[in-house]
Amino acid sequence: MMLPTGRCVLAQARLIGGRAVSISRAYTRSRLLSTLAVLEQKDGQLSHGSLSAFTAAKKLGGTVHGFIAGNNISAAAQEAAKVEGVEKILVVDSAAYDKGLPENYAPLLVENIKKGGYTHVIAGHTAFGKSVLPRVAALLDSQQVSDITAIENESTFVRPIYAGNAIATVESTDAVKVITIRGTAFAAEAPGSGTGAVEEGADPKVDSTSEWVSEDLAKSDRPDLATASRVVSGGRGLKSKEEFDRVMLPLADALGAAVGASRAAVDSGYADNSLQVGQTGKVVAPQLYLAVGISGAIQHLAGMKDSKVIAAINKDADAPIFQVADVGLVGDLFEKVPELTEKVKSS
Amino acid sequence: MSALRILVPVKRVIDYAVKPRINKAMTGVETVGVKHSMNPFDELSVEESVRIRKENRAPGGVEDIVTISAGPAKAQDVIRTALAMGIDRGIHVELKEGEELEPLTVAKLLKATVEAEKSNFVLLGKQSIDDDAGQTGQMLAGLLGWPQATQASKVEFGEGDSVTVTKEIDGGVETVKAKLPMIVTTDLRLNTPRFAKLPDIMKAKKKKLDKKTLADFGLTSDKRLKILKVTEPP
Repeated sequence: MMLPTGRCVLAQARLIGGRAVSISRAYTRSRLLSTLAVLEQKDGQLSHGSLSAFTAAKKLGGTVHGFIAGNNISAAAQEAAKVEGVEKILVVDSAAYDKGLPENYAPLLVENIKKGGYTHVIAGHTAFGKSVLPRVAALLDSQQVSDITAIENESTFVRPIYAGNAIATVESTDAVKVITIRGTAFAAEAPGSGTGAVEEGADPKVDSTSEWVSEDLAKSDRPDLATASRVVSGGRGLKSKEEFDRVMLPLADALGAAVGASRAAVDSGYADNSLQVGQTGKVVAPQLYLAVGISGAIQHLAGMKDSKVIAAINKDADAPIFQVADVGLVGDLFEKVPELTEKVKSS
Repeated sequence: MSALRILVPVKRVIDYAVKPRINKAMTGVETVGVKHSMNPFDELSVEESVRIRKENRAPGGVEDIVTISAGPAKAQDVIRTALAMGIDRGIHVELKEGEELEPLTVAKLLKATVEAEKSNFVLLGKQSIDDDAGQTGQMLAGLLGWPQATQASKVEFGEGDSVTVTKEIDGGVETVKAKLPMIVTTDLRLNTPRFAKLPDIMKAKKKKLDKKTLADFGLTSDKRLKILKVTEPP
């Protein structure tokens, strides 16, 4: 409701004359701040992690709208509309956007951003956000701000650079600010008793120049790595896939933790690519991060050093991981981890 | 069948093994006297482009592989490295020391280069390990209106100019297919870059390296994002 009111004031002020215009512009500028949060879905199910875009949007102030597109997504849209403080969810129900192909999803977003006159567009720094948002930004001639961890005000954002070894505070001068957020820095809100409207969004019906062929997702009953409250992560020290599975998985299950891995472990085939934690893999910030047989290279630390409690088991007392660990144990992981697993199980 | 004309942009960054230090003015990271090398993801694109030719993977063949880097005079070192790894020729867009381009500007620069070089396949790293933005490839694809496949772990060429790319996504992999011209960004698992051998390094010195300036492309290094401060992490 704020949006039309603000516009109305501006229109009237223009009619009245010079002085009124400047006053009302200052007024309308803050009133007109409006954010489009881009939500993700899979097979018609709302991705709850993507609701963190709402958390960031609310920090900005102003109106908050959500956007969701895909096949058969009305239930997902209804669910998202229940997030407190969300005024409206724009829905484009079409199989064409189901896989989030950037060639047609980016023009779709651009159309809705322009139509809604949004000043901010926020998506998660996920595989989808990373693929689609820069394309959107280019089409809007806006310099995207990637992977932010904090919002200082409507144009000033904080983001890690150099694998998290430096923190940059940047001010965007673009008219439309296109932003991706680090999920671990903005806790996703659960749908509550909000009463947002669900409206049909604009569909420019641009054909995609790429086609989706297939996917192969690592199946696991364990918690999702990116959002788990506990993560146990294995490195090169595990020596083989068999040992990784034998040592790490029972520990993860005993703790109810997600399993992660260092690049060395992934490259050696001990664990799936999608489990890599670090600068170029997943960034996690669980309550407990337990690093087993991981030395703690800069690139790995970038993905886990915001964890609340970091524990490490390593036989090398000089391993850099011990510099960031709250709790460390110098010892042979093949001996210590099964021992720990037993103790966790029996406690 | 179109022959491939591949463009491989590379960036000179602080070496991945160096722990960066914040400068005294808190405006950035200390770069003077610090070891620099080619952005690791760009090494993967260089390697992949060379392999596509060597392994005859494209039915239409590979006509040309050109690399480009925008950076200070020393960026020529990374261009020479790419040439030593097997790329045919290089373009250096010379910037002043300390001058840096934002991804959107780089994307505009690359768009102009693609048009001038008649490239039909651009292989970029998925992100540079300094700014960690991860935007340039997607922005370029957007500006050109070409299909894109990001975070590639496998690239295959088929009949009718088709390109099939396996991408790393959250939770696994996804395969997409498109037609040339196309933009692909590389992920770690794509290949293992070679070390350039001494004879190749010597040969690379004779390869063609064109020099350009931003003005040649009608661009400036003005920034949309103003860096207010750079601090140590908590």
